[in-house]
Amino acid sequence: MYQYLNEFFFGVFPYIAGSVFILGSLVRFDKSQYTWRTGSSQMLSNDRKFLIGNNLFHIGVIALFFGHLFGLLTPTAVYTSLGMSTGAKQLIAIIAGGIFGLICLAGIAILAHRRTTDPRVRRTGSRMDMFILYLLFAQLLTGLLTIPVSTGHLDGEVMLQITAWAQSLVTFRPDAASHILDIHWIYKLHMFLGMIMFLIFPFTRLVHIWSVPLGYAFRAYQIVRRRPVV
Amino acid sequence: MSYFLDRLTFFQRVKEGFSDDHGVTTSDTRRWEDAYRHRWQHDKVVRSTHGVNCTGSCSWKIYVKNGLVTWETQQTDYPRTRPDLPNHEPRGCARGASYSWYIYSANRLKYPMIRGSLLRLWQEAKKQHADPVAAWASIADNREVAARYKARRGLGGLVRCSWDEVNELIAAANVHTVRQYGPDRVIGFSPIPAMSMVSYAAGARYLSLIGGACLSFYDWYCDLPPSSPQTWGEQTDVPESADWYNSGFIMMWGSNVPQTRTPDAHFMTEVRYKGTKIVTVTPDYSEASKFGDIWLNPKQGTDSALAMAFGHVILKEFHVDKPSDYFTDYARKYTDFPMLVRLDAAEKGYQAGRFLRASDFDEGLGQDNNPEWKTVAYDESSGQVVVPNGSVGFRWGENGRWNLEEKEAGGQDTTLQLSVLEQRDDVAAVGFPYFGGKEHELGRFQPNPQDEVIYRKVPVRKIKLADGDEALVATVYDLITAHYGVDRGLECDNTPAGYDDNKPYTPAWQEQITGVPRDRVIAVAREFAENADKTKGRSMVILGAGLNHWYHMDMNYRGIINMLVFCGCIGQSGGGWAHYVGQEKLRPQTGWQPLAFGLDWARPPRHMNGTSFFYGHTDQWRYEKLNMADMLSPLARPEDFKGSAIDFNVRAERMGWLPSAPQLAANPLQIARDAAAAGKDVKDYVVEKLKSGELTMACEDPDNPVNFPRNMFIWRSNLLGSSGKGHEYFLKHLLGTSHGVQGKDLGEEGGEKPMEVTWRDSVTDGKLDLLVTLDFRMSTTCLYSDIVLPTATWYEKNDLNTSDMHPFIHPLCEAVNPCWESRSDWDIYKGLAKTFSRLAEPHLGKETDVVTLPILHDTPGEIAQPFDVKEWRKGECEPIPGKTMPNIIAVERDYLNTYARFTAVGPLLNKLGNGGKGISWNTEHEVDLLGDLNGRHRGEGANKGLPKIETAIDAAEVILTLAPETNGEVAVKAWAALSEQTGRDHTHLALNKEEEKIRFRDLVAQPRKIISSPTWSGLESEHVSYNAGYTNVHELIPWRTLTGRQQLYQDHAWMRAFGEGFTSYKPPVNMRTTQEIIGVRGNGNEEIALNWITPHQKWGIHSTYSENLLMLTLSRGGPCVWISETDAKKVGIVDNDWIECFNSNGALVARAVVSQRVNEGMVMMYHAQEKLVNTPGSEISGERGGIHNSVTRAVLKPTHMIGGYAQQSYGFNYYGTVGSNRDEFVVVRKMNRVNWLEGDDESIYQAEEQA
Repeated sequence: MYQYLNEFFFGVFPYIAGSVFILGSLVRFDKSQYTWRTGSSQMLSNDRKFLIGNNLFHIGVIALFFGHLFGLLTPTAVYTSLGMSTGAKQLIAIIAGGIFGLICLAGIAILAHRRTTDPRVRRTGSRMDMFILYLLFAQLLTGLLTIPVSTGHLDGEVMLQITAWAQSLVTFRPDAASHILDIHWIYKLHMFLGMIMFLIFPFTRLVHIWSVPLGYAFRAYQIVRRRPVV
Repeated sequence: MSYFLDRLTFFQRVKEGFSDDHGVTTSDTRRWEDAYRHRWQHDKVVRSTHGVNCTGSCSWKIYVKNGLVTWETQQTDYPRTRPDLPNHEPRGCARGASYSWYIYSANRLKYPMIRGSLLRLWQEAKKQHADPVAAWASIADNREVAARYKARRGLGGLVRCSWDEVNELIAAANVHTVRQYGPDRVIGFSPIPAMSMVSYAAGARYLSLIGGACLSFYDWYCDLPPSSPQTWGEQTDVPESADWYNSGFIMMWGSNVPQTRTPDAHFMTEVRYKGTKIVTVTPDYSEASKFGDIWLNPKQGTDSALAMAFGHVILKEFHVDKPSDYFTDYARKYTDFPMLVRLDAAEKGYQAGRFLRASDFDEGLGQDNNPEWKTVAYDESSGQVVVPNGSVGFRWGENGRWNLEEKEAGGQDTTLQLSVLEQRDDVAAVGFPYFGGKEHELGRFQPNPQDEVIYRKVPVRKIKLADGDEALVATVYDLITAHYGVDRGLECDNTPAGYDDNKPYTPAWQEQITGVPRDRVIAVAREFAENADKTKGRSMVILGAGLNHWYHMDMNYRGIINMLVFCGCIGQSGGGWAHYVGQEKLRPQTGWQPLAFGLDWARPPRHMNGTSFFYGHTDQWRYEKLNMADMLSPLARPEDFKGSAIDFNVRAERMGWLPSAPQLAANPLQIARDAAAAGKDVKDYVVEKLKSGELTMACEDPDNPVNFPRNMFIWRSNLLGSSGKGHEYFLKHLLGTSHGVQGKDLGEEGGEKPMEVTWRDSVTDGKLDLLVTLDFRMSTTCLYSDIVLPTATWYEKNDLNTSDMHPFIHPLCEAVNPCWESRSDWDIYKGLAKTFSRLAEPHLGKETDVVTLPILHDTPGEIAQPFDVKEWRKGECEPIPGKTMPNIIAVERDYLNTYARFTAVGPLLNKLGNGGKGISWNTEHEVDLLGDLNGRHRGEGANKGLPKIETAIDAAEVILTLAPETNGEVAVKAWAALSEQTGRDHTHLALNKEEEKIRFRDLVAQPRKIISSPTWSGLESEHVSYNAGYTNVHELIPWRTLTGRQQLYQDHAWMRAFGEGFTSYKPPVNMRTTQEIIGVRGNGNEEIALNWITPHQKWGIHSTYSENLLMLTLSRGGPCVWISETDAKKVGIVDNDWIECFNSNGALVARAVVSQRVNEGMVMMYHAQEKLVNTPGSEISGERGGIHNSVTRAVLKPTHMIGGYAQQSYGFNYYGTVGSNRDEFVVVRKMNRVNWLEGDDESIYQAEEQA
């Protein structure tokens, strides 16, 4: 049974979540352009506290995102060939993850406090806003809680198991879940919440991530759109 | 196709750079633009307007999209004007443009609502009683039970209800009240029919059919200037705003034209480009001030002193020293200047008495008809006394001589003599009362002490009268020049030697009172008169609420009217008296009256003057501190004028001067039954009982439950949030709920009690059993009502709208159906009529109702009491209905057929004809036409074969078809009827429009200019803009006054007794409301007493729009009070502080606006800001907020009660007491503790449960 559940949650579910994430985003982008937005509440309350919380949160979360992306998907051969041991990589992950995790935690704590206490923000926000906030909060906490567990085995073995799982998933290997059959439950919880995040992503304000205005930095000063030829 | 796929165009994306690649042209999709296109797309545009009392009457385009009203913009299709005159548009203001917000706002009333505690009682009672009328009786007649819901009024607890249930309750209450207490105990209040005349008519028709009383509003709002009826016999008639453009010199005096006449202001700014000079007179630096080439700022409340000084300069320079031919000629033909006044010798010397009449002479100078109502003058060439045409005596009982031709009654040409200076037999020292020396209670108005009576030399003639007396007589001209202090070369020591002499009424004299420099006064007066002289009367004064809301408003107004009359400006294009307060001009009035007051079924309707009604029934008289003796002329005998305001009012009602509601101290249906049982004529029976004292009038005992008004309807009005002077007294006495009254009544204080009314030590509060309000928004009035009925908004109903500001009639239209469960006023009252008819069985059937009717202006009865004031109650004369007391008329009611009557044009129009303002005509042809247009009732009912009035459009067609202004054929008939009286043919004024008929759908297509009619004194033509008095001057139609001329001298005994024969300066009165409360209930902050000024709003029209989000955003977002920097500093108030204003009437809270605009000594609160939004509790009263009227109280003036005397006779909204409020003072201080009094839902629910 345990094996089946492991297979389902870490072998099948990732693809369900991933499909909903991709297709959901596409459908929402096409069908509901006006909801494609950050849902910022800055206009309702824009004090110094918010400024700090907002920046701390975004700095932390962006660093964590890219940390996970490269940490999980970089093939072991790449960094070992650069002379980095798995132990060292794990240590970097723990330290960097810990620091940015704490930064992000501070930020989200401030934001959560604001969202629950500021009457204007609270009244105008949706339940999904609240949910995604708590989900992020939980994800962050579980992520940080993996650190004490990881310090028990600094050889990087578990890390290798997880990266193997992730890389198997993205390369569509059928045995992905088997790599992590025996890792500590805290990792699994963290991974599961991560997949939930992908699952609900299209239904939340998180869609604004898709629209990071990277092109803005490089665009011309004036853009003229041609009248379509009828 | 797809937003996403459309972006996947990496290979065909075209990009062309330009400007060195600083710019780039792309082929990216532009679909996003459609969103903005859709934003302004709509399905249809419908014409409507705002039925709000702003006088703007602007036509609007209402845009509808997907069945919803989205926004509105100004219509631009008014009929053109003529060459060299700008067109009317654009008309509209920011307030109107925000209206559509209301329709779908949270404040919109969506369902019938009822107070929960009342609903529970009702449902219980219904279980006990099968008959709803009996069920209502079980609640209303048990005062302890009724007090349970009455005490909850204004405290929440309104719940949703069904139309069937509320209709049944209301109709049951009405039936019970009619049967138990009398139909005149059912009251209705709705103002300004011109703003939505069908809606007004709906309620008034229902009430009139059941015998209920409609209250007047124009006087209650204090928008009625009593000076107008006094001078012209006309309620109010003014130039349209386009006529400003014809003016050469405009004074904007106490009227904030750009702010409160926004859609019309453009004519004022445009005419400045033609070189017209503008003089603005306002105490504060208002928006109007900046348009003035000269800005004069007299101390508030002292305008009449300024006007007197202007008059002094004009009379001296343009009438006496170097007379203007034009002015002299005008004065001779169109004013009472040549008329002879008898001088009375009293203890204190001579004083101006009454006009000499033909009856004073041997054989009435040959006049058999009404000689006591024909004034006399000297003929210039013969030196004989003649009876010139046109006085009121010629108006009634004979035809052909009621005109202003320069002829005397014998038909000979005559030139009346203005002055007897050259021909004088003697010179008499005539005493004129002087009031300018009176001290103010708080010393806030600078007096100019002089003798109480000023004796001035007047040239007089001696005349032998029929009774053998030799009387001294003088002309009005000689008297008025003496009164104004103009030197006639008679060596009078009391007459000022020059403008710098501090004697009444010189420019130097006024300087001490108003603070306006004398040289400015002289310069403005000269220019004003010079312009009028050169242009033949094109000088104009635009005036308004700023002057008319003072207790002695008549002095302000008459001072200005005198200036205009001295200069021949009245009735001349581009000149005249432009009083714009209240949308009083119901242009198709005579078509509307039969519909509104059910004149097609029964006459007369019950009308009541609002001010006296509210003053009496909210028990404000119990707190009266204004001393009537203070008001008397020093020449009067105080012993003849004892008593307080309510006493004078009661006397006026008894003498048939003012109306009453309720009328008699018994059920009039029962009186009729008793009379029948006694086998007597109703009239004789009532007179007999009144005389013996077995029956009294209700006004003599207003606190007796028998005389309570029981049911009240309020529609198209926010009585309790806007116009209710003495708001807290309303709450306490009329409603019986929690209130903020701070003072004690005369009983508790041991003050002098009234003489004519019964004083009851213990009063029953909560006189009203049922208060029903119709509105589209949850106003303050709704919050205090027992039942709230949701009406259609101005974009959801069909109706008609007119104004005095422009000559057009145009509609309100149903752009969308009434939302939620709302219904149009017409449908609501129609539904009530139906339920009433059903429930009346078996309680009521065909009944005789005894109606008392005061002596009415513009009827033959108006010449009732020619000389002294005599009271039948005191045995001074016999009680004769319609002569010395109100008329008593038996009216048949058919209660079971109320609905049948409501929906059909009744037979009386064919039988009695139609008419108004003293003329009448046959209207059978129009009734026929209505039958063809609207269809006829086919059934067997009481309305068989009669034209239908089922819908609001049917009702509109009734108005339009019957009125001369919208039916050319009727106009010709009306002019012909007037021609008969005047003996001059006036039909040429309408003959060219005889075939023109304006119907409702014509108006939907475009606003239409009305047709000239004798109901009004101006013309609509290709040659002139509408200007009041135009037909009097140019068609020689007399003014409807005693002398038939513009009457500057008021000779009624009471006018003379109160020193208002001629106008003068009377300082603001002593209200005595701050002394006992200032410094007594300190909160640690400094307190200061300031004059309470409540002008019209910038961000609302009265209370409407004041809680509209868009307007709140533009303003301070809630109630605010403006205070001067100096006063604010004195008591430590800074801008935006929470402050409290209070006096013995009550208290209110608001934010302070500290501004240089305001003068030291006064605070301004834009009136009617309601207590709905952003209003905390008061530290003084403990109640929420208070509104601007929480600190006011209505005060009455006896001279406004005069009746039975030609132009000083009662007319609905024409004459009567007015609700002034500017003399009030309040204590202002910073608040210590702002308490929002916010209970949670649970506690409100519990309180409701316990009730």
